[in-house]
Amino acid sequence: MKQSEFLKTVMPFKDKVFRVAKRLLVSTEEAEDATQELLFKLWKNKAKLKQYNSVEAFAMTMTKNYCFDRLKSKQASNLKLVHSNYEEKDTPLQRKIELNDSVSLVHKLIENLPEQQKLIIQLRDVEEYEFDEIAKMLSLKPTAVRVTLSRARKTIREQLTKQHNYGIS
Amino acid sequence: MELANIEKLLEKYLNAETTIAEEKTLKSYFLSDNVAPHLQEYQALFGYFSTNKSERYTKTIQLKSRKLNWKWLSVAASVVLLVSVYTGYQSNQQRKAERIYLETQMAFSMLAVNLNKGNDAIAVLQHFEDTKNKIFKQPKKVKK
Repeated sequence: MKQSEFLKTVMPFKDKVFRVAKRLLVSTEEAEDATQELLFKLWKNKAKLKQYNSVEAFAMTMTKNYCFDRLKSKQASNLKLVHSNYEEKDTPLQRKIELNDSVSLVHKLIENLPEQQKLIIQLRDVEEYEFDEIAKMLSLKPTAVRVTLSRARKTIREQLTKQHNYGIS
Repeated sequence: MELANIEKLLEKYLNAETTIAEEKTLKSYFLSDNVAPHLQEYQALFGYFSTNKSERYTKTIQLKSRKLNWKWLSVAASVVLLVSVYTGYQSNQQRKAERIYLETQMAFSMLAVNLNKGNDAIAVLQHFEDTKNKIFKQPKKVKK
C-alpha cells in the first residue's frame, strides 16, 4: 500500500478517531497524540489492513482500546484529567442556535457518564454508526449497546430537564 | 413534522430504538427554529451533537517514525557513555601514575636527606681524625 493510498483510506475517519479519543481522554492534546499514534500504528500494519472488511471499524476498536489503556495508566499514576482546555469551536451553527451555555452543559453531562456510555453516545449520536457496527467495534451484543445507550440518553435527559426546570447551572 | 410524531420519536430515542434515519429527523427538527416550548431542553442536546461533529483533527498526519529518533538517540548515548568511561579511565590511570611518581620522589628525597645526615656525621668524624693527627704524631707516616 502506497502512502497516498493509505491516506485516502484514513482521511474519511481521522476526524472520527480524533473526536472519539477526545470524548474519552477529554484533553485536546491527549486526543491529538492518540490520533497520531493510532494512524501511525495503522500505517505500520498497512499490510494487514486488507484482511479487515472495514478499516474504519477496526480503527475505532483500536481507538477504544488505546484510550482505555491510556486512562488506565493515568489512573495508575494518579493523574487526574482536567478539562480546562476545553473550548467550544465557534461554528456558524452554534451561533445560530445561541445555546452556548446549555451546549457546554451537555458536554459536562456526557463527561460525567461512565466510559462505556460516553463512548457509545459518541459513536451513535455524533458519529451515527449503526448498532451492529458499534457492537462489532466494542465486541458487545447489539442489545447490550442499546441498553447502555438508552441508559446514557435517559441520564442526560433527566439532568437536562432538571436544569431546564429549575434553572440551576 | 407534526409534534405528536416528534414526541413519539423522542420516546423511542430514549429507549434507543430509533434508527439512524429517525434520529436524523429528530436532529433536523431540533436544529430548526420552531421547537415546541416543552421540548426545548432537547435543543441543547441535539445542538451539541452536531457542533461536536464539526470538530476536526487539524494536525498533519506524520507517518515517519518518531521512534527511530529514540533508537538513534540511544545509540548516541551509549557512544557518549563509552567515550566518557574510556577517557575517565585514562585520566584516572594518569592521576594514579602521578601519585605514585610523587610518592617515589618523596621517598627518594627522604633517602637523600638521611644520607646527607650520615655524611655530616662522617664530616664530624673527619674533624676528629684531623685533631687527633695533630696531637698524636704518626711516626710511620712521617718516616716515609
